[in-house]
Amino acid sequence: MSPGIYIIDGARTPFLKARNGPGPFTASDLATAAGAALLMRQTFAPDELDEVILGCASPSPDEVNIGRVVALRLGCGHKVPGWTVMRNCASGMQALDSAMMNLRTGRSGLVLAGGVDALSRAPLLFSDAMVRWLSGWYAAKTVGQKAAALHSFRPVDLAPVIGIMKGLTDPVVGQLMGQTAENLAHRFGISRAAMDEYAVRSHRRVATAQDAGCLGEIVPLIDRDGTLYKDDDGVRRDSSVDKLAKLKPFFDRKYGRVTAGNSSQITDGAAWLILASEETVQRRGLTPVGRIVDCEWAALDPAQMGLGPVHAATPLLARHGLGLNDVDAWEINEAFAAQVIACLRAWDDADYCRDELGLAAPLGRLDEERLNVDGGAIAIGHPVGASGARIVLHLVQRLRRDNLSRGIASICIGGGQGGAMLVETV
Amino acid sequence: MRTHYEHLRLVRDEGDGEGGGDGVAWLYLDRAGAATNTLSRDVLDELAAVLTVLEAQPPKGLVIASAKPAGFIAGADIEEFTRLDSPQAARELVGRGWELFNRLARLRFPTLALIRGHCLGGGLELALACRYRVVVDEPATKLALPEVMLGIVPAWGGMKRLPATIGAPAALDLMLTGKSVDARRAKQIGLADECVPLRVMENAARMLVLSGQRRQKPALTLRLMNGPLKSIVADRARKQVASKAPREHYPAPYAIVDIWQRFGGNALAVPAGHPASLEAIFRSPTAKNLIRVFFLQERLKGFGKSDDNRGDFAPRHVHVVGAGVMGGDIAAVCALAGMTVTLQDQTVERIAPAIGRAAKLFERKLRGDAATKARQVRFALDRLIPDPDGHGMRRADVVIEAIFENLDAKRALFADLERRATPDAVLATNTSSLRIEDIAAGLANPARLVGIHFFNPVAQMPLVEVVAGEASDEGALRCAAAFVRRLDKLPLPVRSAPGFLVNAVLGPYMLEALRCVEEGIAPEAVDAALVAFGMPMGPVELVDTVGLDIALAAGRALGGGAVAVPKRLAELVAAGHLGRKSGQGYYRWSDGKAQKTAVDTVPAGLAARIVAPLLAAARRCVDEGVVADADLADAGVIFGTGFAPFTGGPLHYLASGGEKPLDAASARRDDAIVSAR
Repeated sequence: MSPGIYIIDGARTPFLKARNGPGPFTASDLATAAGAALLMRQTFAPDELDEVILGCASPSPDEVNIGRVVALRLGCGHKVPGWTVMRNCASGMQALDSAMMNLRTGRSGLVLAGGVDALSRAPLLFSDAMVRWLSGWYAAKTVGQKAAALHSFRPVDLAPVIGIMKGLTDPVVGQLMGQTAENLAHRFGISRAAMDEYAVRSHRRVATAQDAGCLGEIVPLIDRDGTLYKDDDGVRRDSSVDKLAKLKPFFDRKYGRVTAGNSSQITDGAAWLILASEETVQRRGLTPVGRIVDCEWAALDPAQMGLGPVHAATPLLARHGLGLNDVDAWEINEAFAAQVIACLRAWDDADYCRDELGLAAPLGRLDEERLNVDGGAIAIGHPVGASGARIVLHLVQRLRRDNLSRGIASICIGGGQGGAMLVETV
Repeated sequence: MRTHYEHLRLVRDEGDGEGGGDGVAWLYLDRAGAATNTLSRDVLDELAAVLTVLEAQPPKGLVIASAKPAGFIAGADIEEFTRLDSPQAARELVGRGWELFNRLARLRFPTLALIRGHCLGGGLELALACRYRVVVDEPATKLALPEVMLGIVPAWGGMKRLPATIGAPAALDLMLTGKSVDARRAKQIGLADECVPLRVMENAARMLVLSGQRRQKPALTLRLMNGPLKSIVADRARKQVASKAPREHYPAPYAIVDIWQRFGGNALAVPAGHPASLEAIFRSPTAKNLIRVFFLQERLKGFGKSDDNRGDFAPRHVHVVGAGVMGGDIAAVCALAGMTVTLQDQTVERIAPAIGRAAKLFERKLRGDAATKARQVRFALDRLIPDPDGHGMRRADVVIEAIFENLDAKRALFADLERRATPDAVLATNTSSLRIEDIAAGLANPARLVGIHFFNPVAQMPLVEVVAGEASDEGALRCAAAFVRRLDKLPLPVRSAPGFLVNAVLGPYMLEALRCVEEGIAPEAVDAALVAFGMPMGPVELVDTVGLDIALAAGRALGGGAVAVPKRLAELVAAGHLGRKSGQGYYRWSDGKAQKTAVDTVPAGLAARIVAPLLAAARRCVDEGVVADADLADAGVIFGTGFAPFTGGPLHYLASGGEKPLDAASARRDDAIVSAR
């Protein structure tokens, strides 16, 4: 096993909940602000990076290669390459893995990698019918052609396609992400109450972490009006099971169990890590905070995508000879309460472990005091491309805080995949 | 065929050469021994010789361009103006350019000026004499007729051709203010035929000069305003000028209107006895004084230039400690000038408002089409990094302290800065009331500390005092001055002394004004007298603008207790009336304007009485060596306070014994103002 790749430092923006309309920052604004503050505290200058890799699930049309845009905005200069990776909800984790691969082969020595999304700025799109009508209109040259085009216009075609709903719908099975969570709730018999309790705990844990100053990885944002954003603003300190019980099911209307309250929030945010090879750490005299030991990707039925962490983390544990509770701290991204609970049930389910994972015996119960101790995406939000980097960043902070040594961050991926990273402190 | 001259290069392409045989002649200006092109006598003589050659063997078209990277043509050689010793010499100089550009305009083949970078004064008059103008779409491209700022008139055809090209209202606006237009604006107003990117400029010039395209005439209304409706336009222009610059102080703008309206833009046609004549402009001290101010400004610009070959200090990263009004605005102008800036304060809450103010400044200052502007604003904001933990000081080339005026706090801060900053970073304080030496006592190496003293509002004030403490290192001072130049501001070297130069002269002046108010003279009368004298703003209104609390504290700090504070000032501050910022001071303020009542009488000699302490303080600053010489005192007081530029500065004004006649003039103006209300 190679010695792994060193984590030098990391930072993220506060995660800002989308509230009717575009948020105050674009995706590249978010990544630039967090990156600038992070790079300013390093012993090296931005132009000494070997590359910048940014995960983003929905870059805006004017900055499709947002990784390069942000590298330039960070003052890395013309000569530092920048690129963008896309693996839906794990884009940020993919950026870290891509950095690791280039660091391992020696192509790079020092990499800024992370993830970003500004979901509040997801576009409204013209429907296909409207696009067809518009092309006809622009092609019409004569008065007669124009009149014909006008005659064929149907106001209903004006209804926009909401970009984010497209993004959150599986293109193969045709289900919304929340509906795939309903599949898991059905399969493992997860009650609405269990989900709501999980959600309340997430809010409570984030509030406690905020009060105790356990989210030091956040650097504040300031907008053009001079307004300051210091904290994740989706946290509901007054959240309770009673309040959550009043919400209507969102994805399977009326009869479902998954609500907006027990799902992750639609949010804007960015998270970065600085990764370095061992040789670079030595040569530059850097002081790492941790290392990424290993990474695993897995795939499964898109309709069961929420179980991705089970399929990615299990081989990782096996490879390192670890049981669930040999890992000091876990971060499993909370796309849906039902989905995290389903992961825990699957590991403890002999049939699932045998049939789906090919294990002779179940892995058992994961101690929930080791899992998402400072809360998760249900309270903080899930800016899709950023979350994979956020959980790795926070995991390292958390391990160091309590003098722990080993952790796994894992994330489910729309489309039926999972990613997991094994992290250690140094 | 190539022909060589000292300042010009003529490349003719007649089918046997490099350019494809299109028959276009390219004339490159490249004044020998200078970084910029100016139209000195010998350059004009060579130009005349080239025209003779071209008239004999006409090309299919002529493109005039610059071989200097700095720009097209900066204008006439102002040095030559200072050597004019008689009205006849002035007439001869005007006639030289007027005749030559008329000859250029009469050429039988098409001509084109290819303009990249500055195109000012005589340079624009040359371009106007060409049939076409192509401007290169770059931020440095600026076109202007700034003669009025030197107290003279654009007499080489500008007054004739600019109104004919873009219409009289726009032309008068440009000529009477001296302001510049950028490339896009030049195209919009019809001054340029094409605005093109650098990459196609030669092609555009070649195609346009051979196109045979007729120039579009200005719209009918504009033609009428340059014809039968001239007098209406002229009267309106005179009124606008009168509201800003009285004729006895500033004759040139009035002359421009007269020459355009009555003499077809030909200054040579104005008879000697006329107030718009070259003789009258030559006789008035204003032009000489404004040219003097121009050279004072050039002298300030020279500070910070390195005297060896290492090149000028070019800071890339500035760290500012203190995000209050001064610190925040200093950080913003640095980011605007392209530097990376870290802005530190105790909490990020204190930094946030400064970022908001900076965003507004960037929106206001950065230009271009909507997309370009949005990008530039974004990049400027990216360069301005909130830094509550002060990480940036380790990497900064310049560190500026702008925290509250407390000696112990500043000493402690600099002790820390000295340890954490790089060894060759410039360490500077923006203090206005503490001694550099006292702050430097906190440093292991006191020689490192210099003062870089900005004025409020930072974005608007052109002057910055570079303050030398007793121990300050020469190299650090030169770097500080070079840094100030990078902000496109004017560095004034001063010695550490209470108030340095600018506040030391403003203090006694404002105090005397407030004493007059104590004596029962209306603030309106005081202000009217000084505005008539030529100050940009009356002293009482200035106190209100600065803030009464600030004025009171400064008065106490500078006076050292020896000066009695005006009773009314203390009372107003005690009552919370702090001036403009609180809505009430000596004046009531609404919508950012002081509410003034009409003035009945202005006592005779009032302006002289109030200006006298300023003149005395300026004298004293020279005597005590706060500034190196009287010229620097004049430069500092003009650019730091707006002191009437037509006087040539306070000490020049004293030395020329002009006090009496000027005061008589201002008294007349006082009367005029009174009667006008």
